[in-house]
Amino acid sequence: MKDFIIPTSMDDITNDRDMGTPASKSLEMVTLTIDGFEVTVPAGTSVMRASNEAGIEVPKLCATDSLEAFGSCRLCVVEIEGRRGTPASCTTPVAEGMVVNTHTDKIKKIRKGVMELYISDHPLDCLTCAANGDCELQDMAGAVGLRDVRYEGTENHFEVRQNGEVNPKYIPKDDSNPYFAYDPAKCIVCSRCVRACEETQGTFALTIEGSGFNSRVSFGAKSDDALHSDCVSCGACVAACPTATLTEKSVIELGTPERSVITTCAYCGVGCSFKAELNGDEVVRMTPWKHGKANRGHSCVKGRFAYGYASHSDRILSPMIRDSIDQPWREVSYEEAIDFTSKKLRDIQAKHGQKSIGGITSSRCTNEETYLVQKMIRAVFGNNNTDTCARVCHSPTGYGLKTTFGTSAGTQDFDSVEDTDVVIVIGANPTDGHPVFASRLRKRLRQGAELIVIDPRRIDLLETPHMGKGHHLPLRPGTNVAILSAISHVIVTEGLHDEAFIRERCDWDEFSEYAAFISDERHSPEAMQLLTGVDAQALREAARAFARGGNGAIYYGLGVTEHSQGSTTVMAIANLAMMTGNIGRRGVGVNPLRGQNNVQGACDMGSFPHELPGYRHVSDDATRDIFEDLWGVTLDAEPGLRIPNMLDAAVDGTFKGIYIQGEDILQSDPDTHHVAAGLAAMDCVIVQDLFLNETANYAHVFLPGSTFLEKDGTFTNAERRINRVREVMKPKNGYADWQVTMLLANAMGANWTYTHPSQIMDEIAATTPGFANVTYEMLEERGSVQWPCNDNAPDGTPIMHIDGFVRGKGQFIITEYIATDERTGPRFPLLLTTGRILSQYNVGAQTRRTDNVVWHDEDLLEIHPQDAENRGIKDGDFVKLASRQGETSLRATITDRVSPGVVYTTFHHPDTQANVITTDFSDWATNCPEYKVTAVQVSQSNGPTDWQKDYNEQAAQSRRILPAAE
Amino acid sequence: MSNTDEKLVRMANQIASFFKTQPGDKATASTAQHIKDFWDPSMIAQMRNLLANDVEGLDPIAHAAAKEVTAA
Ligand code: SF4
Ligand code: SF4
Ligand code: SF4
Ligand code: FES
Repeated sequence: MKDFIIPTSMDDITNDRDMGTPASKSLEMVTLTIDGFEVTVPAGTSVMRASNEAGIEVPKLCATDSLEAFGSCRLCVVEIEGRRGTPASCTTPVAEGMVVNTHTDKIKKIRKGVMELYISDHPLDCLTCAANGDCELQDMAGAVGLRDVRYEGTENHFEVRQNGEVNPKYIPKDDSNPYFAYDPAKCIVCSRCVRACEETQGTFALTIEGSGFNSRVSFGAKSDDALHSDCVSCGACVAACPTATLTEKSVIELGTPERSVITTCAYCGVGCSFKAELNGDEVVRMTPWKHGKANRGHSCVKGRFAYGYASHSDRILSPMIRDSIDQPWREVSYEEAIDFTSKKLRDIQAKHGQKSIGGITSSRCTNEETYLVQKMIRAVFGNNNTDTCARVCHSPTGYGLKTTFGTSAGTQDFDSVEDTDVVIVIGANPTDGHPVFASRLRKRLRQGAELIVIDPRRIDLLETPHMGKGHHLPLRPGTNVAILSAISHVIVTEGLHDEAFIRERCDWDEFSEYAAFISDERHSPEAMQLLTGVDAQALREAARAFARGGNGAIYYGLGVTEHSQGSTTVMAIANLAMMTGNIGRRGVGVNPLRGQNNVQGACDMGSFPHELPGYRHVSDDATRDIFEDLWGVTLDAEPGLRIPNMLDAAVDGTFKGIYIQGEDILQSDPDTHHVAAGLAAMDCVIVQDLFLNETANYAHVFLPGSTFLEKDGTFTNAERRINRVREVMKPKNGYADWQVTMLLANAMGANWTYTHPSQIMDEIAATTPGFANVTYEMLEERGSVQWPCNDNAPDGTPIMHIDGFVRGKGQFIITEYIATDERTGPRFPLLLTTGRILSQYNVGAQTRRTDNVVWHDEDLLEIHPQDAENRGIKDGDFVKLASRQGETSLRATITDRVSPGVVYTTFHHPDTQANVITTDFSDWATNCPEYKVTAVQVSQSNGPTDWQKDYNEQAAQSRRILPAAE
Repeated sequence: MSNTDEKLVRMANQIASFFKTQPGDKATASTAQHIKDFWDPSMIAQMRNLLANDVEGLDPIAHAAAKEVTAA
């Protein structure tokens, strides 16, 4: 795709032109003349970028605006009056009054010579090349007017055989990565890929081996192909490569795309912006969008490559019903399915009462869809029995931050990390869970920011290449509050707290009370050491580093929330940020890393049983009035049932029907046996999803879902950023999810008339103060906006609590450590904790249906060598994992990443059923389940447990579909 | 006591155990308020029933709070 030559400002989101070098952030402006045109740019800008600003494109090969200038190809040379020679414009910064000529005879000759050399070692098969029409080498040959190549190299890298002999310089194509190919024959050794892997991704998987004519790109010494190298398949090198050397396999197969649509990744809470590039309605590739404010042009393997599930043959495209779950499914029309469902739900209500049904909204669906589901439950079902899977991940964040700060959201934008000097990462594994954020953080770590990781496992972030100082506090699972208290103890007793900030922004008396509490000897690192397993001296050092290190930011994940003291831990984190004055500016803050793409949105949109949209309690008359007026119904003023309570009530026989949109609670919720019993006890379980998920084994109605590529809407990421999701292709199942919900609601008497999700957003804006000024037109214009966005903050709110806390004064909360009821003992001596890995997502329903399985085809149990040896377990053995709740089996991998006494696994595969093991203990305030601590025993085993066998049998039975009637 | 009864008692105790650690003498009132804010009426009814049957295992603060909530 050719670039346009039009002058643009640097934040013009309609223009993707490569400006050659990154923008300078300097506020000082410099004026110079380029080819007679005067141009004013920030100091520190390169001559190349300044020319581009002036609309003059200087030929280039090794430069691109996502990477620091390198100056190796010499194609971009210019002449500067008063300077000798021909400097490279990409590496030469502008100066006041500089006079630049980009196109003299001398320069033209040099450029032609450079191109001639390149082309003499390049195959001339442009017509059949995958990059034809999208190749910078081709463009540059054209730009410099190269017409013939005078010399033929005696040696080259592209011919398999030369002069009848095997060419020793030829390296065959590496096809090992499922998503992109590496064809060394076409490489011009510009090292853009190497720099992308270092600067953008931070993995350092690529190097240049050899020198001069012999230099080649290599995937590291320890392996010979891409798949078995350190490469994490983020695609940054592929995007940076100017030639066809690194190319998406989909482009090789399908051809270069002809149109593109900007949309948002539907995997994790980073919320990366992508350009979906298409031919017709076929996605050719997804490339990270350079103007995306969450990802700034970067991506991970999931968003970049793992979209194939959308067209996977397992997708269910027509509705199905059955009377009982031992019957096979029957495919029916939407009309019949909706009619069947609405009658069943109304019958249940007639028999068991208005409150005997409910629903679950999805953190994978759009804000608009979630809003509609909770609206249907409240206004059409007539009760507050709505909940969301955010219950099982970030509900403690909501409670904890609302109590301390007054609003339940993260305080920063992702850009903020660029100004962080010391960072605490607790209970999160960003390189796997939030990869693009991890890359941005790693960049800062390479610049010298200090890292403190509080996690039972030695996570990859600690092994960031070229990072500064790192601390690891490997605590025993379940002792987060104890660790944070010990850190606060050190800060307060050593007088490292920020008194001025506390006096100004918080209540000093409250702090004094807190200080007295935390200064008690029982919170000292020495006293806590026995409990937490963390060395007291190491903890003291980390605490001092955080308090003294300048801008301190705290990032946390599910390892914080999914505990019986999840809410208390969130409050302890807030305490720590307040006492060190780390709130209300760039580089600091409390940052929950949300799991799924729209967890933030699902919470914002009123998914919880006690809260209407905008976190307003259902008992608040004024709020209910707003919705009652608009919806024309009377709303229940008392909270409804939460997911675990719905299941309890089902087991007790008082809750009979549930509508579940885009969630797989059987696989994702704790204590699988209990969830299964609850679902089995219901008369009408409705599952709306892409695939027959595990929950659908207990469903009576299956409504086909649509993917993010097939609908319009918005997702809100972990930084409160509202990003547009755009319809790239028509829904294969006929309807977007919001339309299916509307069909059901209308069949139950709702009379909704939405024709586009923008109308739903208008309703959200009209009812929810934080969204008051949000419209689709605004998002079209700006790309995205961070809520609150209203008359007080018309441009949105990148950083919260700048001049004061939302609640007024920040509140210090006493955070006493209370041990979980889940204890190890002689029968269950080990502690199990759970997590995720990069290539798979959540319960894996999508990623398991893509080539990502080459990186992770089963869940593994990590166990310390000592614990393994005691049990006679060898690497790769099948082992039995048992808890008080149940048992399962999986393969073991032996590693000292985990401490003795701790084992770890992921939960991406239904065969493993890690949640058969987890307990139903939960957070005291929100009932968020305690996934992160389970007492277990590990022993040798021969294969799947009885439960796994029974389960697979039931699943197979339940998934039968009758052949469609003629 | 059924499984869900036990769970309800455990939940009430857990809530009380947090508010007991807070300064001042509002532990009972705060526990009661938390239950009002987050429990649905059927759970409260179930608790009322448990109290009527002299349920065992409730922490004194949780007990007092449960009484307050269910009295309404
Ligand atoms: S795909 Fe990403 S990790 Fe792999 S080599 Fe390229 S930039 Fe590095
Ligand atoms: S693979 Fe591409 S980006 Fe890397 S050095 Fe070769 S041509 Fe340049
Ligand atoms: S999964 Fe997350 S980090 Fe990866 S591309 Fe999607 S939003 Fe970005
Ligand atoms: S683009 Fe400047 S030296 Fe290559």
